[in-house]
Amino acid sequence: MGEPGTKEVLSLEELDAVSGHRTGRKHVLSILVENKPGVLTRIAGLFARRGFNIDTLAVGPTDDEAVSRVTLTVDGAKHPIDQVTKQLHKLVNVLKIRDLEPDESVARELALFKIACDGGTRGEVMQIAGIFRGHVVDVGRRSIVVEVTGTDEKIEAFEALVRPFGLVEMVRTGEIAISRGRGET
Amino acid sequence: MRAADALMEALKAEGVEVVFGLPGGANLPTYDALYDAGIRHILVRHEAGGGHAAEGYAKATGRVGVALGTSGPGATNLVTPICDAMMDSVPTVFVTGQVRTELIGTDGFQEADIGGITMPIVKHSFMVQDPREIPQAVHEAFHLARSGRPGPVLVDIPQDLSRADIEYEPATDITLPGYQPTTEGNQKQIRLAAKALANARRPVIYGGGGIVNGDAAGEFTELCLSDRFPVTLTVMGLGAFPAPHEQWLGMLGMHGTRAANYAMDEADLICAVGARFDDRITGKLSEFAPRAKFIHIDVDPAEISKNVPAHIPIVGDAKNILPRLLAEYRALGAEPSRLEDWWGRIEHWRRQYPLGYEDSKDSEIKPQYMIEALYEATGGDAIVTSDVGQHQMWTAQYFHFNRPRRWINSGGLGTMGFGLPAAMGAQIGCPDQLVCCVAGDGSVQMNAQELATCAEHGIPIKVFIMNNGYLGMVRQWQELFWDRRYSQVEMGQHPDFVKLAEAYGARGMRLEDKGTLVEGMQEAIAADGPVVVDVRVTREENTYPMIPAGQAARDMVG
Repeated sequence: MGEPGTKEVLSLEELDAVSGHRTGRKHVLSILVENKPGVLTRIAGLFARRGFNIDTLAVGPTDDEAVSRVTLTVDGAKHPIDQVTKQLHKLVNVLKIRDLEPDESVARELALFKIACDGGTRGEVMQIAGIFRGHVVDVGRRSIVVEVTGTDEKIEAFEALVRPFGLVEMVRTGEIAISRGRGET
Repeated sequence: MRAADALMEALKAEGVEVVFGLPGGANLPTYDALYDAGIRHILVRHEAGGGHAAEGYAKATGRVGVALGTSGPGATNLVTPICDAMMDSVPTVFVTGQVRTELIGTDGFQEADIGGITMPIVKHSFMVQDPREIPQAVHEAFHLARSGRPGPVLVDIPQDLSRADIEYEPATDITLPGYQPTTEGNQKQIRLAAKALANARRPVIYGGGGIVNGDAAGEFTELCLSDRFPVTLTVMGLGAFPAPHEQWLGMLGMHGTRAANYAMDEADLICAVGARFDDRITGKLSEFAPRAKFIHIDVDPAEISKNVPAHIPIVGDAKNILPRLLAEYRALGAEPSRLEDWWGRIEHWRRQYPLGYEDSKDSEIKPQYMIEALYEATGGDAIVTSDVGQHQMWTAQYFHFNRPRRWINSGGLGTMGFGLPAAMGAQIGCPDQLVCCVAGDGSVQMNAQELATCAEHGIPIKVFIMNNGYLGMVRQWQELFWDRRYSQVEMGQHPDFVKLAEAYGARGMRLEDKGTLVEGMQEAIAADGPVVVDVRVTREENTYPMIPAGQAARDMVG
């Protein structure tokens, strides 16, 4: 910088930009919102307007009936997460946002799989379900419904294994997550 | 009391003196309550006029502007002003009527989901579901509209709820758990910013509309003058720093000066205050100010690093932050002489590329001269509103605003038809000041009906129509970038604006001669009541200089 002529010298070169980066990984945002009409529309609308994609979305009550929790996952490779959270914070009904770090939180998703099978293949499907600690929740002559809970990787692995039998349909809840340890999420 | 009466009490408790609106079926209870509520009501001729008038009132006074509309079309007519207020952070509250609760969702007569329609363009909205919520919703709406980054708030009230009987208690405390704007600014960051400024060799201070909104022009000017910092402002910030000053580089951006844009291009440090790095400022983002580090002071944390990564972000009110930044800066004892080379460079640009135009050799009025004439006729002492287009940019360039809240335009949304009703609102808010509207012959027609409002209420705005018979800015782009294929930009000489003014009960004048222009303008200004002046200007004049859309400062033309 040369001779700056001030008491405290600072090289501008040393300054780094502080945000606006893309992290390149999946982010799980746990959002507490006031339980008021239109809140979900505001969140969904914000994502649509700003061109952010929601990968999964789960909404449910909390222990406080005035407050709901929205858990959504966003791809940090496509969007600057700090910009997403700052825009969310501007919604008046949004109370708290936590970007859950993968190793400091537990995430789960529930999925229901309807798999085509008959007497010849049913046993094998049930065996796979067992390995995944899935539960058979409905059995018919030509199909079986299995409930699987776990991380999205586990559910996707199960899907890959049962697909060759004939996957009639699949329903997933989207991830929910909670922080590890005593502190609140 | 009736909820509609409680609504009036809540408005009065918020200091509302005047509202702009138009009644209809769904807000009949509101208008019945308004009948003897002691709040002045300006009956507009179109709800959009009322919405823009509320904006003009807010921008001129700094107070919250209020517009009323009925359900359905009344509410949808407010959509453009609401969006405009969002883009320019204008503190406004819009109160709409809604169909009766039993009809909601049935596609009832004049039903529109105005809450849903406006959700992406409001700071917040209240869809009232219980009459007892009405006063609190109003108080929260005003709190939201005026605090933090200001903006529009919608309160939508079903007709039957405003007729219900409720208890009214004025709100004493507004606490919104999900809304706590940061106002103070982090002291460590402020200290770092001061150090960066003291060490910069090629700094530029770049201010925007946030300085005006935050009533921080005095603090901003003081910081700028604490050293020989070169200063530029966005179109929204004009007036935050006195234009006739040697440190003033001129306006920044697409139609800003070369000195301002080139200085940003070569700066090593840019201190942005209440500005948001809009594309009209940055041009091609990847080539914007490539050598600069950025201090970004803004009340809205989401603006930090949205478009341009900030190196020293400071979130808070400029009015709080700037004096502390100044104190920290002074303590560093920076040596002004370090900026000498930089000023040499800037002076070179100023000499080589002054803002100017080739005047006509005959009596023809050049549009740039029209603005210079208006500056002369008013002595620069006027609130000036504008529509959007060439006339807006020429006004920004040639009317040297030296105080905040004197220049009122639609910068973010770029709304044609904004200027005339905004002038009306500004005049209501500032009855003792001269309020002029510089309009285009195209855009003025988008809300000309408000001349009737002005005539009825004796609102003495002076409307100067820069009449070139074209949608001039679009024509300019077609000339420059679309091979002169003038597609649907010729307006002809319709209507006859003098007769139009007279039909509305205003005075109409036409000025066509450069030699008598100032005199004619002075006559219009001296006249009582609203006046429309049809100023015939050169038809095909271009607004220069210009950074073509998507290009960099270095690509400036004209």
